[in-house]
Amino acid sequence: MSIPLITTSRWDVEDGHTLEGYLRTGGYEGLRRAIEMTPDQVHEEVKKASLLGRGGAGFPAGIKWGFLPPDVWPRYLVVNGDESEPGTYKDRLLIERDPHQLIEGCVITCFALGLSQCFLYVRGEMAHGQERVAAALNEAYDHGYVGKNILGTELSVDVVLHWGAGAYIVGEETALIESLEGNRGMPRLKPPFFPASIGLYGKPTIVNNVETLSNIPWIIEHGGDAFAKIGAEQSTGTRIFAVSGHVQNPGVFEVEFGTTTFRDLIMGEQYAGGIRDGNSIKAFIPGGASAPWFFEEHLDIPLEKTVVDNEGSMLGSGAIVVMDETTDIVKACHNVVRFFSRESCGKCTPCREGTNWLEKILDRILNGYGRPEDIDLLLDVCDNISPGISWPPKQTTICPLGPSAVSPIASALKRYRSEFDAYIGSNTVTPVSVDGGSS
Amino acid sequence: MTEIQQDSGLITVTIDGQEVKVKSGEVLIDACEEVGVDIPRFCYHKRMSQVGMCRMCIVEVDTGRGPSLQPSCMMDVSEGMIIDTQSEEIKKVQDGVLEFLLLNHPLDCPVCDKGGECPLQDQTMAYGPGETRFVEEKRHFEKPIPISDNVYLDRERCILCDRCTRFADEVVGDPLIQFIDRGNSTQVNTFPEDPFASYFSGNIVQLCPVGALTAKPYRFKARPWDLEEIESTYPNPLGDRIVVQSSRDQVLRLQGLDSEEVNWGWLCDKDRFSFEAFQSEYRLDNPLVRGGGLNKADKSGSGLVAASWAGAMSIITESLNGTDPDRVGVIGGSRLTNESQYAWAKLAKGVIGTDHVSADLGDELPPHVLLGLPRATISEICSPGNTVVLLTPDLKEEYGTLFIRLRDAAKNLGVNIIELSPVKTALSSDAVASLHPLPGEIGNVVEALVTGNIPREVGGISGEEISQAHTYLKDTNVFVVVSRSSMGQSEVPIIEALTSFQELENCRFLPLVRRANTMGALDMGMAPGLLPGRNTLSSGSSAFSDIWTNLPAETGANTKQILQKASDGEIDVLFLLGADPLTDFPNKALAEAALQKVETLVAVDLFVTPSVYESDVVLPATSFLEADGSHTNVEGRITPIRQKITPPGTARPDWMIAAEIAYRLGHDLEITAPEDVWEEISSRSSVHGDLNYGRLDDEPGGYLITATGRIPFVPVEERIETRPVDSYAMRLILGRRMFDKGTITQMSSSLSHLAEQSQLRINQYDFERLGIKEGAQVEVTSEGRNISISVKVDNRVPRSSALIYRNLDGADPRELLIEGTHSIDIRIDPTSKARS
Repeated sequence: MSIPLITTSRWDVEDGHTLEGYLRTGGYEGLRRAIEMTPDQVHEEVKKASLLGRGGAGFPAGIKWGFLPPDVWPRYLVVNGDESEPGTYKDRLLIERDPHQLIEGCVITCFALGLSQCFLYVRGEMAHGQERVAAALNEAYDHGYVGKNILGTELSVDVVLHWGAGAYIVGEETALIESLEGNRGMPRLKPPFFPASIGLYGKPTIVNNVETLSNIPWIIEHGGDAFAKIGAEQSTGTRIFAVSGHVQNPGVFEVEFGTTTFRDLIMGEQYAGGIRDGNSIKAFIPGGASAPWFFEEHLDIPLEKTVVDNEGSMLGSGAIVVMDETTDIVKACHNVVRFFSRESCGKCTPCREGTNWLEKILDRILNGYGRPEDIDLLLDVCDNISPGISWPPKQTTICPLGPSAVSPIASALKRYRSEFDAYIGSNTVTPVSVDGGSS
Repeated sequence: MTEIQQDSGLITVTIDGQEVKVKSGEVLIDACEEVGVDIPRFCYHKRMSQVGMCRMCIVEVDTGRGPSLQPSCMMDVSEGMIIDTQSEEIKKVQDGVLEFLLLNHPLDCPVCDKGGECPLQDQTMAYGPGETRFVEEKRHFEKPIPISDNVYLDRERCILCDRCTRFADEVVGDPLIQFIDRGNSTQVNTFPEDPFASYFSGNIVQLCPVGALTAKPYRFKARPWDLEEIESTYPNPLGDRIVVQSSRDQVLRLQGLDSEEVNWGWLCDKDRFSFEAFQSEYRLDNPLVRGGGLNKADKSGSGLVAASWAGAMSIITESLNGTDPDRVGVIGGSRLTNESQYAWAKLAKGVIGTDHVSADLGDELPPHVLLGLPRATISEICSPGNTVVLLTPDLKEEYGTLFIRLRDAAKNLGVNIIELSPVKTALSSDAVASLHPLPGEIGNVVEALVTGNIPREVGGISGEEISQAHTYLKDTNVFVVVSRSSMGQSEVPIIEALTSFQELENCRFLPLVRRANTMGALDMGMAPGLLPGRNTLSSGSSAFSDIWTNLPAETGANTKQILQKASDGEIDVLFLLGADPLTDFPNKALAEAALQKVETLVAVDLFVTPSVYESDVVLPATSFLEADGSHTNVEGRITPIRQKITPPGTARPDWMIAAEIAYRLGHDLEITAPEDVWEEISSRSSVHGDLNYGRLDDEPGGYLITATGRIPFVPVEERIETRPVDSYAMRLILGRRMFDKGTITQMSSSLSHLAEQSQLRINQYDFERLGIKEGAQVEVTSEGRNISISVKVDNRVPRSSALIYRNLDGADPRELLIEGTHSIDIRIDPTSKARS
């Protein structure tokens, strides 16, 4: 079935990132329409669209906006462009190829929420994106789409660009706020620090993902109902998925949300084009490295939030990583755990110490120093980070980074324990490294 | 029912199956502790913000939305909350967190200073696993690295609880230690080339829940189980509560005692590490007399020689016998305990019969200001919604724990601070108004501020700034903290300012003093015209005449007058009680002349100070570590000072020395122990009414003097004229540093090197105007007298003013002081230019 491209429509337009290209392709129409409406009407359209947040948690944006306490000023909009989840690279492309769409989304959101200050936090490594969004913002200021008296109206919005310094954890909204305030990027505990009530500089703050806001112009231009008609009942509109790993044609694809299945996306000719070299699929990560893994039998599940949640994983940031039959599961597991271990901010004891311990145990197993009891040890350490090792995870930590390192181990052991056993073999030597450790 | 609950502020929660009443809004971990449920913790500290990062205090909390794991330090209790601290799941979580903390902890407890008093060790015993399951190599860092002059950091032991870093940033505003790196490599460290040079560095050692932070003066000196301790009071103006810890009759450590009313457990380094001084080899431990050989007194002798107590005493009694009481003077005594002060006042006024007794050294506010203003306590001042006006120098330099309390009040309690200091201070950024009146002009500035009758400009401050500050004085309680901010300004402008403040309704004051127990000295009668308990010679002598038999009739001389008399040859015997006029008295020349001229100069002291060196008889006294007594702080709070170790050599408590002299003069002071003083005083003092010396240790806040009046504040009637600075001159400010050439600091080996060189500090603007190089030597002149001093740019100093810190190595700015003026203008002559 044919659906309109909502967020990626300008990706193939060579000058889509410039104001000229953007205007030629219908840009800033959503803003023009928005300022003819009342802020509440704009908010209502977004609610009608039931646009789910595209950052990872998938919380409806319209409802999130409604959490702002009335009459507390100032309040801020913060755009989370610190996309760092392994396998996720949709926001980067949105920033590089259609920065004006994002800026338009920001301005409309500020209008709807009565805000005048927006902070656009872009990941430090996205050098190209930074250039593009900075150039676009300058153009937008010059032509009155941002700044004082936007399009000659009373609406005034300032957008401040801020480059991150390269920490994964700053993608977590409260850590992002800390970082924006100039502090070390460490998550705050919710409660009490729900950004909508105590956010940036202690003021009510809405934190939205780049892709979420990139949907706003289309929603306002075409109406929330039109958006809600696309996709499944609860997962509306389209969504961008990044497929990587052992597929023929890795890339980013905008598909109808909630109706497309994993099989469509991974195997479909117009999308990832199937597993490389005609191999069979061994496992895939459905929603970024934090998500529990799926296997072949999950391929026909639709890309729909509630269904995936009920199956024990999540769509998360829309990153699908495919592993074919040649994959060494223990190495894959080690790879993901090492990522989380290194990206732990160091605040909570279980995450700081636990993820590193998990990495060290896996490292040992890979190097032939595994012991039979290490499997139980792995699971018990996981249990101490995320009691019960269930989904959604319980956690002894402030943010979900710690439990994220538990997901791959739990998934891999559930399905491919034999591969761990094979590494361990009959080894009974207690391995004490004396050369300064393994990492 | 609900009304009653609201009234009492109590709510009902269920803790481990028991319904209990707890205070509404309390932090869960504290609420549990109050009902006897102990929850393990590392990062939580009730005097700092909550971060919830050690995860040790996780409990199961159900607020109606189903049970969830929550750190109990980050949650306030709410009605109907169900808390489980004991479930199997919680036990496993706590075991797990401890195991995680121990993974990389070196377990070098046998050689760790903290071993034996270590929360990690204790909680591992109580909750932790018996054996480790971690077979890998532990994390390694370079073993202890110095992060400041007195603090070492062992990052291997650190459990990253954020206590030290929070303290540095939140409590004292010295964010010089931070987390660096991330994940498993996270570590606390300083910035390169930028040590943790905080005046409060010792507190982080006390805060550390493991042995990661150790203090140089204590490292490897003792094991906690060998320490004996006693709660006492540090003799500083604030009376910070302390715990004195000793082993084998050596004090090894002072710790802050968490006193709700005063210091909240904090101490500044100057006090914390000063115990070294009292045990240094330079302590006086034997009487000395001027003479020509051992025990051979000879007034013409060039040196001080050891003597027996009897020998030294006989010189004193001989010199007093037959001497006109009017020719005897006593200077000092503010270092003494209340009891010793009483004994010396009784000796001087009741036995010898002189009223030339003065505890101050010419650099305090006069007694009528210190005693006559309605006082406020620190906690009353630091209450939400108040406005506090500071007529003080930088509190961080001189009154460390008061600085901490006020900073907290401004940051967390919504207290509005209006600062009227000579230069920018550590509280400036937290103040709603930070104004820096030209020295001498503060009276005029305050008049405008209080009355709202604001000229376009006054004392170097624009009317706009004053009217903005003026708005904070309306509809609120106003408190004034006041001290002699700069010796370059006479006390008259300050009294002018206080006179204006008295026009405000309900305005109350916290007058600060320079020396530890000046307040006690005044309440014990160690000032001319005063008798103990704020009685005066004129009105209260009847209460004392039965036991103070030789009371003088006339009000005597103050310190300046005593020194003047002495230099005129009118004083034969002068006692210096822990006083060093040569170093401290503003007019050094007068002090020198006076000490030269006095026939018999008797010093009672701990060390050989410059003035002690000039004395004829030197008697060694005990320090606060070696004798019992009590101390009165600036609030009027009396707290106990307790003996922990024996005095060095034959040193004696000051009250005992007074009693001995009286005895040899044929009088019995009837003081054989500190408590005897209170038996005598309680019926005669109007302010110490129900003080029970025996119960002083049991009262957490000590005994607070609440009575007021009797010694009335004397307002200034005539305003002094505004005196602008001409464009060739600069107005002089004399300040003080925490670390200077003060005796105690210099005798503490860990602190002595922290004092800097004397420098002239001026604003960048003036610096460029003068066209000199940083560090250049300049001639500074005032009325013909001059000093040579190097120049430093310091933008905390306002334009047209110049700041010199007192009592440092190098030039002595007392040379520039001019008697009888309210402010001093100096001229700066760049030497090199003058030569060319």
